[in-house]
Amino acid sequence: MPAARLPPFQRFLDTHRDDVLRFLIASIGRHDADDAFQETFLAALRAYPRLTPDSNLRGWVLTIAHRKALDVHRARRRNPLPVPDIQERPAQPAGDGPADHWERVRALPPRQREVLTLRYAADLTHAEIARALGCSEEAARRAAADGLKTLRKELRDVPATP
Amino acid sequence: MSLPPPDLLPGEAAALAARTTARAADEGIAQIVYARVDSPVGRLVAVATPRGLARIAYELENGGLDSILDDVALKLSPAIVEAPARLDPVRRELEEYFEGRREDFDVALDWSLTTGFRRRVLQQCARIPFGATSTYKEMAIAAGSPRAFRAAGGALGSNPIPIIVPCHRVLATGGGLGGYTGGLERKRQLLSIEDVTSTGGRRLRRS
Repeated sequence: MPAARLPPFQRFLDTHRDDVLRFLIASIGRHDADDAFQETFLAALRAYPRLTPDSNLRGWVLTIAHRKALDVHRARRRNPLPVPDIQERPAQPAGDGPADHWERVRALPPRQREVLTLRYAADLTHAEIARALGCSEEAARRAAADGLKTLRKELRDVPATP
Repeated sequence: MSLPPPDLLPGEAAALAARTTARAADEGIAQIVYARVDSPVGRLVAVATPRGLARIAYELENGGLDSILDDVALKLSPAIVEAPARLDPVRRELEEYFEGRREDFDVALDWSLTTGFRRRVLQQCARIPFGATSTYKEMAIAAGSPRAFRAAGGALGSNPIPIIVPCHRVLATGGGLGGYTGGLERKRQLLSIEDVTSTGGRRLRRS
């Protein structure tokens, strides 16, 4: 009975809810993050009893969250909003706050956006990101580097680190 | 360069998680739901499946919430979420019982945490009415194994649904209090709620 040693789902949810929500806010913005968060954990719950207990639960749930975020991005491409997302949240500082970084990340090419949100908002390793995206670790690193290069050009006030 | 993760508002993720588990319970995606229930005999954890109430656990006597849920995950399914609203009928009936306004429980029971002889004993025990008592020996006889009164004691000690399956109403044949899954003090407390006030070697009935 391999599923027997999985933690009760509630504990799994309590452990990973903050990471999942941070990732979704970074990837699709706060407005859509609520629904995507619920869809992520409901999908996880449906699959949970069949999961093997030695699974990387954090990587697994963030992979599901990534797919839900992808659905939102695809829907947006099909039905573009007449106003840019940033105008939905007038309370956010329009300058160089962290939220502003993620607005810019969302405008990057899809693979770069995916790698940067999984790396910096969800704190996955490049190996975990490669598994989540079904690409090589090298491709994940390259996409991250390309994305950061673009951001650095745009955000002169963010100091580069080696 | 570094990209600080987005800040979460206080309680934001917890509130979303609670909405998600309520949905999981309502839409039948969660196989098992639980809630904590406060009572005069200490905090209880109630666990239900779609079939009914499967577990009432004295939280402290069973190693705390984590240990209680680990055990249910192992024996039934790990698809367990906290869904207080789903356990409202159980909470209400227990409240009425402890306030002396209820003698019989109406919530459906799921016996899947007990099997075989133990289940037969517990199902016989469930028939002992409010205010009455029985003995381990009578339980063994009722379960079809007259000589297995020790095993009947073990079965009652393993009761997954105490209070509602009233194993506190079963006393030792010689008139002693016997044992109890939640400690003897609780057994006395429950019997006193039912006006069974002493254990003097005979079957005690109210009225």
